Amino acid sequence: MKYIDEYRDPELAQKYAAAIAKVVTRPWTIMEVCGGQTHAIVRFGIQELLPDTVELVHGPGCPVCVTPLEMVDKAIEIAMRDEVIFCSFGDMLRVPGSKKDLLTVRAEGGDVRTVYTPLDTLKIATDNPDKQVVFFAVGFETTAPANAMAVHRAKEKGLGNFSVLASHVLVPPAIEAILSSPDNRVQGFLAAGHVCAVMGTAAYTPLAEKYQVPIVVTGFEPLDILQGIYRCLRQLEEGRSHVENQYQRAVRDIGNVSAQALIRKVFRVVERKWRGIGEIPESGWALSDAYADFDAERRFGLADIEVEEAQNCISGLVLQGLKKPADCPAFGKQCTPDQPLGATMVSGEGACAAYYRYRKDELYE
Amino acid sequence: MSELNISNMTCPLPLNDHPRIKMAHGGGGRMMQRLIEELFFAAFDNPALRSGHDGAVLELPEGRPVMTTDSYVVRPLFFPGGDIGALAVHGTVNDLAMCGARPLYLSTSFILEEGLETETLWRVVQSMRAAASATGVQIVTGDTKVVERGHGDGIYINTTGVGVIENETQIRPGRIKKDDLIIVSGDIGRHGMAVMGAREELAFTPPIESDCAPLWNTVADMLDAEIDIHCLRDATRGGLCAVLNELAQSSGLQFDVVENDIPLAANVRGACEVLGLDALQVACEGRFVAIVPKSDAARALEMMRAQNDSAAVIGRVTDGEAGLVTLQTPIGGRRILDMPAGELLPRIC
Repeated sequence: MKYIDEYRDPELAQKYAAAIAKVVTRPWTIMEVCGGQTHAIVRFGIQELLPDTVELVHGPGCPVCVTPLEMVDKAIEIAMRDEVIFCSFGDMLRVPGSKKDLLTVRAEGGDVRTVYTPLDTLKIATDNPDKQVVFFAVGFETTAPANAMAVHRAKEKGLGNFSVLASHVLVPPAIEAILSSPDNRVQGFLAAGHVCAVMGTAAYTPLAEKYQVPIVVTGFEPLDILQGIYRCLRQLEEGRSHVENQYQRAVRDIGNVSAQALIRKVFRVVERKWRGIGEIPESGWALSDAYADFDAERRFGLADIEVEEAQNCISGLVLQGLKKPADCPAFGKQCTPDQPLGATMVSGEGACAAYYRYRKDELYE
Repeated sequence: MSELNISNMTCPLPLNDHPRIKMAHGGGGRMMQRLIEELFFAAFDNPALRSGHDGAVLELPEGRPVMTTDSYVVRPLFFPGGDIGALAVHGTVNDLAMCGARPLYLSTSFILEEGLETETLWRVVQSMRAAASATGVQIVTGDTKVVERGHGDGIYINTTGVGVIENETQIRPGRIKKDDLIIVSGDIGRHGMAVMGAREELAFTPPIESDCAPLWNTVADMLDAEIDIHCLRDATRGGLCAVLNELAQSSGLQFDVVENDIPLAANVRGACEVLGLDALQVACEGRFVAIVPKSDAARALEMMRAQNDSAAVIGRVTDGEAGLVTLQTPIGGRRILDMPAGELLPRIC
């Protein structure tokens, strides 16, 4: 299949593996930021092709994983109302809130629907004028343009029964939070290619300079990731710390300018709580004042809530790259994809679920 | 698959009287009687059914009888490549075939939702008739219930099948042995993606058609050729991934498969890539896995390819860790192929 097979060529993969082994002279720790990359790394067995001295740690770039528990509980509270049709991307439905998940709400009679694009939600709202239709707008910069477009169109059409529960998060502040932590072990980053396709690469240059870390904007196919790792290691070995773009077929340095303009119009930058990490300043997007009428929290008058995470879940440490899934005493025992304790066990992009599905053999060793 | 052209036939029920199913159609009275006689009897006509008795009295040829049952729920009722009626016949017939049994008889129970268009029921019944006739099974007894509007998805169907193993063949997980080869009978994941495409109105290009089909003919050819089949299992919900895990667990052996050898149509693969789904976990309705000794594998593959040229050897059985399935990835890594978690949920990005 075009645009896929050429990036999964086993011979080229072996060549990159050999080039990586040649360039490495000492141990390095690299974080792949995006959950899509984590998924590919475990699905294709990429770690096996790397020298033992190169450690990959899995970053916080899984939207399902970092959406705060409070926001999941708010979604559940809204979805349980009789007058509501609650729409969400598929894998948010299984994320455990403090008491239940959205699939349970559906089983209890709530109208909870999976959509593939937020624009589908507008059609549902148009077709159901006597219902309140709410979209769970989660995700990084990648999903923001479509979510912004949905809100923008709703305003144009005057769709009074549509609103969004917005919980967008941003990558650069999360990278900064990791780098500025006293416990940080990460020496180089593979930045999330699709985030940069929207936002461009400019925001990463000050981070690379300030913290002296190489940042390689990287794609999601096995060869993309191997090439990203190679470029990152080469910089580390040569003592350089620049922003490089491995994913040039999708990412321009300026990003997608019209998407950025729409995002600026619909959203404003806010402090955001990240599940397992905590509050990070200027790390999220909420609806701007001009679109505040479409804010589901406001429409349904939800009060701010504070809830506790499961005690025996270490997903926060996993998301910061401080622990591996298998370090968790609950991993594969009390916590499985069928009965997840924390969000990292839910999505295929979550580090714990990815390890459970593809690498639990390591536990048997 | 179907030897009857149903497009020009019209529903024998007076649609003007009852264009939609009413509660009375399941109430045991005259309306139910007419539905049974004019719709079901007319479509499934055979002596056992016509006898109008409480049960069907069956003639069984010599051999070991096999019985299986399954219920069918699918939304939408009609999808590219099939419908709930064809599914309800093929699914149960295929379970018999996987035991090495020639399918002979089916029972069928309908749970209809009040308000269902009678024409829709008629189309489903015609599809069942075509599927049964193509597979050589008779639908010999049945039941109809009607539930209130809003309490069903139009039609639910249960079918129970009876077949006979006509020779001494032993097809079961316990016979799987180290060094056996694992063969899949065709490209995977079509049914799940066809139904998802129809349900969510996703326009795949080229369109994905369900693989919904009977498997008995292929199995019969293999049995006639005296291939020493160790085990068969059709891939349905949970896809190929679930079948491999079930058989590895019940045989207490390890299965090693090669991802690049697993047949997958380009449109199914593309749809799975876009939606973030794993094609190995997507449902099939006309594919099976055969586990055969290495010495018989080439002949078995030839027979499977005669029905579907994408059939392929995808791996082998080892005596590694009991119940483990491993997958060699396209770039040469190896990973666990775990049992699917349950509901397939597309990823966010």
